[in-house]
Amino acid sequence: MKLLWREALLAFRRTRTLSILSVTTIAFALFVTGLFGLVAINLRQAIGSVEERVEVVAFVLRGTPSQSLVVAIEDISAFPEVSEVRYVSEDDALDRAREELVEFRDAYDDLQINPLPPSLEIRLNAGYRNAPSVADVAERLRGFAFVEEVRYGRDWVEQLDRLRNLAGLIGLSIGLAFALVSVVIIGITIRITVLQRAREIVIMRLVGATDWFIRGPFLLEGAIKGLLGGILAFLLCAAVFMVYRSQGFGLGIGLTFFEPVHAVAFLAFGILIGFFGSLVSVGRHLRKV
Amino acid sequence: MIRFNNVSKSYPTSTAPALEGLTFHIGRGEFVFLTGHSGAGKSTILKLMHAEEPPTSGDVRVSGFAIGKLRRDEVPRLRRRLGIVFQDFRLLEDRTAAENIAFALEVTGARSDTIPTRVARVLDQVGLSSKLDAFPRELSGGEQQRVAIARALVNDPPVLLADEPTGNLDERATQGVFQLLRDINDTGTVVLMATHDLDLVRQAGKRILELRDGRLVFDSAGDQVEAR
Repeated sequence: MKLLWREALLAFRRTRTLSILSVTTIAFALFVTGLFGLVAINLRQAIGSVEERVEVVAFVLRGTPSQSLVVAIEDISAFPEVSEVRYVSEDDALDRAREELVEFRDAYDDLQINPLPPSLEIRLNAGYRNAPSVADVAERLRGFAFVEEVRYGRDWVEQLDRLRNLAGLIGLSIGLAFALVSVVIIGITIRITVLQRAREIVIMRLVGATDWFIRGPFLLEGAIKGLLGGILAFLLCAAVFMVYRSQGFGLGIGLTFFEPVHAVAFLAFGILIGFFGSLVSVGRHLRKV
Repeated sequence: MIRFNNVSKSYPTSTAPALEGLTFHIGRGEFVFLTGHSGAGKSTILKLMHAEEPPTSGDVRVSGFAIGKLRRDEVPRLRRRLGIVFQDFRLLEDRTAAENIAFALEVTGARSDTIPTRVARVLDQVGLSSKLDAFPRELSGGEQQRVAIARALVNDPPVLLADEPTGNLDERATQGVFQLLRDINDTGTVVLMATHDLDLVRQAGKRILELRDGRLVFDSAGDQVEAR
């Protein structure tokens, strides 16, 4: 083990320029992937916050006995899709209308009778805020005898669905493409390192080193480079994020950065591509000598 | 120790075989010269012996290993039972003499507390005790070859293969290295030395295997002489 570390660090020191070059290359490849990850996270968050507003409103017939409503609210709350059911009485509706539609305040004051019907406002759990689930819930609500009408902004929910699918698809393909590019670039830089030390590998084999003994230091070196590249890329992402947030650009507010679990995954990804890049490069070389 | 039985070797890139129908046997404690012109097949024989190449046909046995049937993961075990020395020394330039030798022990998983004594012992054997901490570039050609020989010896191999070990050395250094190889042979190690230095071969009075165009044309031991 001690030998492994010594050899890996020795390799690092001896090929300093090349090592720095590899780390920087890994860092930039991961940086681009990371930036894209940031965009994806924020896009998802933005869609999520819009989604939270997905709401189904069931207008209730006037004069429905409150007893039936209480039972119905309990039933509806038990739907797996439903997170919250709120009863808005005629008076509540009118108060809200007065607050929200200031222009018509005088008109409301002149009313003899309240024209606004009572309603149930139903919010859905995350994961059910899509067009099919919403339509399904609306359909079941129509089944209640006292429900006069159900509204949920069908077009809007369907558009949100499309946006979400599109964002997911673009995110996945661009993310994969960048990850692939990183792996290829890292493979190439490690290949250069391996070729530079081809003579050493020949000598190691001559004196009876096993393939795993030869691979070991390269794999460790690759993993260290991947880790350093990952840290550097993470810092770069943080710097870019900071600049965006402080500058604002009109969108700075509400931007989110990686969570700790993302940061760990980021570094682990760096280590993994360093490791596997080395494994492939050294393996390919060893098969030839 | 070494047995070739009707061994041939051809390369796909060349029409003429590199070796053809080679049969000879080298016994315990022998010192054998392998001679012939460039391209006669000397290096190919050595490559077969340390399993860098498999034979195309025939049977090669070295220190009990059947080379043709050797799996890749068995090659290191064979090489730890062989010492190999080359014309170009093949030392790691960024390590001292002692580190180069220690490296050969480390790859075999030798206990680290035994390494310094074993390194000192072989360096003493090749007469370079004072050059322990010198890097290859600080040593003369003869000294570098001695370090390479010390590295080849440090695992106490029963067989030492030397491919033109004096090819890059002046007369004085050549004599020194040759004497060293004889001393090593005197301790019971089989030495097989490929060379085209005929003066050296003649003065030595050792067994000679001569190759021409991949065939064995002369064996001074007399038991395997083909038509000249």
